[in-house]
Amino acid sequence: MLHAAFLVPLFPLVGFVVLLAFGRRIGEPVAGWIGTLAVTGAFVSAIVTLAGLANQPAGARTLTCSDACGTGANAHSFFTWIAVGGLHVSAAILLDPLSMTMCMFITGVSMLIHLYSIGYMRGDRDFTKFFVYLNAFVFSMLVLVMASNLLVTFVGWEGVGVCSYWLVSFWFFRDSAASAGKKAFIYNRIGDVGFLLAVFLIFSKTGTLTYVSIFAHRHLLSGGSITAAVLLLFLAATGKSAQIPLFNWLPDAMEGPTPVSALIHAATMVTAGVYLMCRANPLLAMTPDAMWVIAVVGGLTAFVAATIACAQQDIKKGLAFSTVSQIGYMVLAVGSGAYVAAIFLMVAHAFYKGLLFLGSGSVIHGLGDEQDMKRMGGLRRTMPWTFATFLFAWLALAAVPPFSGFWAKGLLLANVYSKSLPLYALGLLTAFFTAYYMSRIFFLTFTGKERWKDPAPDGSPAHHPPHEAPWVMRAPLVVLAFFAVFAGAANLPWVHVGTLADWLAPVFGHRLFDSHQSAGEQVTLAVVDGVVAVAAALVAWGLWRRTANRPALEPRFLQRVWYWDNVYDAVIGRPGQALARMYAVVVDARIIDGAVNGAANLVRATGNGVRRVQTGFVRNYLLGIALGLAAVIAFMISRTWWS
Amino acid sequence: MIHLAAAAAGGFATPHIRYLAILPEIVMLGGAVMLLAVASLVRRSLRVGVATAATVAVSLGALGCSLWQWSDVTGQGAFTAVDHAVVVDGFSALVNVLVACAMALTALVGDGYLRREGADGPELHVLAMVSASGAMVMASANDLIVVFLGLEILSIALYVLAAFNHRRAASGEAALKYFILGSFSSAVFVYGIALVYGATGSTNLAQIAGFLSKTVLSSDGLLLAGMAMLIVGFAFKVAAVPFHMWTPDVYQGSPSPITGFMAAVAKAGAFAAFLRVLISSFGLLRTDWQPVVYALAIVTLLVGAGLAVVQRDVKRMLAYSSINHAGFVLLGLEAATTRGVSASLYYLFAYTFMVIGSFAVVTVVGRRGDAAHDISSYRGLARRQPLLAIMFAVLLLAQAGAPFTTGLWAKLQVVLAAAHGAVPLAVVAMVSAAIAAFFYLRVAVLMYSPLATAGETPGVQSPAAEPQALFSAGAPGGEGTPAAATAGSAVGATTTAGSALDSAGAASGDGATSRTLWTGLERSMAGIARINAALLLDEEPGRERMVGDAPPSPAGTGPSGETGVDAVDATGAVSAGPAPVPLLTAIAVGLCVGVTVVFGIWPAPLTSFAHQATLLFFP
Repeated sequence: MLHAAFLVPLFPLVGFVVLLAFGRRIGEPVAGWIGTLAVTGAFVSAIVTLAGLANQPAGARTLTCSDACGTGANAHSFFTWIAVGGLHVSAAILLDPLSMTMCMFITGVSMLIHLYSIGYMRGDRDFTKFFVYLNAFVFSMLVLVMASNLLVTFVGWEGVGVCSYWLVSFWFFRDSAASAGKKAFIYNRIGDVGFLLAVFLIFSKTGTLTYVSIFAHRHLLSGGSITAAVLLLFLAATGKSAQIPLFNWLPDAMEGPTPVSALIHAATMVTAGVYLMCRANPLLAMTPDAMWVIAVVGGLTAFVAATIACAQQDIKKGLAFSTVSQIGYMVLAVGSGAYVAAIFLMVAHAFYKGLLFLGSGSVIHGLGDEQDMKRMGGLRRTMPWTFATFLFAWLALAAVPPFSGFWAKGLLLANVYSKSLPLYALGLLTAFFTAYYMSRIFFLTFTGKERWKDPAPDGSPAHHPPHEAPWVMRAPLVVLAFFAVFAGAANLPWVHVGTLADWLAPVFGHRLFDSHQSAGEQVTLAVVDGVVAVAAALVAWGLWRRTANRPALEPRFLQRVWYWDNVYDAVIGRPGQALARMYAVVVDARIIDGAVNGAANLVRATGNGVRRVQTGFVRNYLLGIALGLAAVIAFMISRTWWS
Repeated sequence: MIHLAAAAAGGFATPHIRYLAILPEIVMLGGAVMLLAVASLVRRSLRVGVATAATVAVSLGALGCSLWQWSDVTGQGAFTAVDHAVVVDGFSALVNVLVACAMALTALVGDGYLRREGADGPELHVLAMVSASGAMVMASANDLIVVFLGLEILSIALYVLAAFNHRRAASGEAALKYFILGSFSSAVFVYGIALVYGATGSTNLAQIAGFLSKTVLSSDGLLLAGMAMLIVGFAFKVAAVPFHMWTPDVYQGSPSPITGFMAAVAKAGAFAAFLRVLISSFGLLRTDWQPVVYALAIVTLLVGAGLAVVQRDVKRMLAYSSINHAGFVLLGLEAATTRGVSASLYYLFAYTFMVIGSFAVVTVVGRRGDAAHDISSYRGLARRQPLLAIMFAVLLLAQAGAPFTTGLWAKLQVVLAAAHGAVPLAVVAMVSAAIAAFFYLRVAVLMYSPLATAGETPGVQSPAAEPQALFSAGAPGGEGTPAAATAGSAVGATTTAGSALDSAGAASGDGATSRTLWTGLERSMAGIARINAALLLDEEPGRERMVGDAPPSPAGTGPSGETGVDAVDATGAVSAGPAPVPLLTAIAVGLCVGVTVVFGIWPAPLTSFAHQATLLFFP
């Protein structure tokens, strides 16, 4: 059963190749169904593999490929990829509870979103291309999480990056989409540099890239270098997972089609950074300093993004900042050593945030590509399915008991409480904002006056009455809603066997932060969480239920993202452009081109000179050979004199 | 008389022959003879297709035998046979595999060539098979005399093959030059054998090595002179500078499929023997021959790359490029280590597929008459035949050593091997690779440039277009240069995304530049195209040419007595229609590209293959 692991990434790869080769001939909608089918195959294979892994005894649930690939029963390697000198890289799979957990929700959510996309992308001129990219993305993401070594992870890491670029600028004829794609790509590049440097550092110290061997030889990384390696990996994570200081790209990435936002920029890719941190947990455990940095960055990101989300008008931007904030929570958990809480929130978040995006996509679809919440309102009557499912997702994200978000965030905050009181306070404050902004989005969209009936202030006409989405779009909503409500059951605090924590325990072992809280403490913390969430929701209910016009609550400072982009522009952008201009005009045009032209002229002149020897006369050629022979013999004979 | 009779009776003259040890050679040569016999026995002339099918079958048979030898050797180790004159080891098995593959591919390409030229009969295939069997003999030779035997089998067939296209004077000229110079080098080689025999008392490679390990020569002048002559003989065959001068003329004049065959098989066979003789026999004298190989490698690398840059004829350019490749293989030889030998073997393997594929494309583009080899024939190939162009581009990039191709790993390994002892040599190799990248890219870019507009003949452009200005076209204001604008707008005019290209130059560059990856690609292509335009300008009247091609003097009075004029105008305008690509040629090119790319992305099997072959080196 474990051999089904091969099929997990293989299915989307086959789907990708088939659609790439024949997609245009297959056309709409069959191409979409093929793409969906491929991911379904991956999902089924993941279930089979998971079942196989669960059958193993708890201690033997980490199946890797040893360096001598192809030997032993546990060798899950496709092939030796690179063998140069001491570097020996296999394209191999690491099967353990962590990677399988990731695989399960990645393939599951991807499957639903593929299905949804068939409806959402209907009539798009690049319908098949969309599914080509999506399948490529799923493949890359699976490579990322299933890789047994850093280099193959990096292949997946870059793969998802480029798929994200293609998909963000999928409608590249819009300038905003094109530049958003570019922005996403460049921000991620900064992180990728960190990743590469970390890989170099780890390889130079331990001489291996395989996770298992790195962890086995982690003592070779001394104090300074371990902190450097972890922080460099974390830099990569901040890029991919949109954390401070590299978070600005994610809101812009909402220029992509909504299924992309749901899949890549909410459920899966942006959690890759958190996954990487969890994967590297043995390294993290060696450097408490870096852990503190991670925790503080995560907490701050969660807070900053949550405040910004309170003032957004664009529904997708609001959700995007919410994603940044939620991932901030996960990073905070990682920094606190609460890996299980991070993964738990990641899984729950994948369900409810995916659902929120799909729901918003349904609204946007229904209103003819309207994204401004100020022009929505009262949609609960016209879009009942969307309304009902969005309702559950809202309650889950707001962490209202007993929905999934409550349990996940509760576990997380309880762990942070034991780690550091100030960070806990920050987290709790963020929780308040979270429930507030999410409720605001919900009320603005689904309750109150039906503002879409009025013409916009800027003169654009009123919208047609919205229509409910087709069944291919509704079905994923319902399934995701189910999980958004009940995903919390995976790790209820009073259950101790068969929980997510139990399942993941072999991966983290004793490195998992143990808060040692009494039952009374736990109950108190949970009550506090619940009260905060409900209170914030009630505040939002009072403020935003009827009106959409409260400028005092949407300060410019928050709307402009704490002026973060402006600071970057002033500090990095402008000087960078000036530098680039200087290089273009002076260095490139004069010095480099001069050197290139000079070298080219030199080669050409030499070539022209030398080829005069090439006369075409056999006698000259013979002379050449004879002279060469004479020279070689003369040299040889001279050796006898010297020796 | 008595003595002779006794010898015959005692079986002294006939060693025991283990036929299985020389099975690939037997299959190849026997196949050739059978094919020739059948062809002369049937009443009508044999159809090309039949000959091709037979040749491919024979080659695959030889391939099978070589692989069987491989498995035999990996299982039981290397052994010698036929009175120690022949050795079967991983090295010989690998080279035999290589030669058999090359033969099969050449047969596929040759099929299309023969049909197009209206030739029939099996001669081309038969001769090529004979030649291939010579290369196999060289690879498994364990005796200098056997090496020489293989060398001559290989070469004599090639002399005839070079002259195969008797309608082209260039073909005859190439053959005659090759023959004269080849005979000269063979003579030098035999002389070398004689001197070595005189010094060591044996021609057997293992015995020579044994003799040298046991004996300290008081005066080794004889031996060293002999070794020098052997080196020169090999250097001629592998086309190392300064013994390369026949190469451009012969490669240019020979029929294109044969050129590919020659570049692959002759080089593989000669290098196999070169490596074996120097390393296994004269390994102890490496301090004596290493400097020579070092010097040969340096000049070969630089001259090959440097002269390729200034060629207009693509076959000639590829000839110099193959000289450059020979320099890279010499790097592995110079290292004289296990690693070096395996790197050289890997290089030969990668090179074979790249070069046969490349010359297959050249065959197609050469059209009927096999003469349209001027670089201008490649202009706009991507528009007429996108698949052919992309394959050629891949092969050229592979030769340049681009990532995701075997070319990268080949270059990497030889350079690494050289860098262990001879860092300056490695540096020179990398510099030459950089120079070489230019002319590969030049052809690649030209294929993706639009066809010259009417009235604008290739190579004749605005005289105002100074290269200096063209190089700086990327900088602001560079668009203003007339020729650059011409190049830019010419690209723009015929491409779908062309308007984006022009506006991208004009606009401030933020939104427009990021349109699509394709636009970016075209922009960079256009940039290189401008450099290219600058280089095409550089056509002096007295450019290097073969005597027979377009002689400066009237016909019949050519300096070496060649007939002179051939009625093909290689630089003439290219007809717009696509050159027909025969199916078999397409298959051959596809196979070459496939091997190059698949093992470029996934290098491990081939590298370990070459490594293993070296470990099984005999003794």
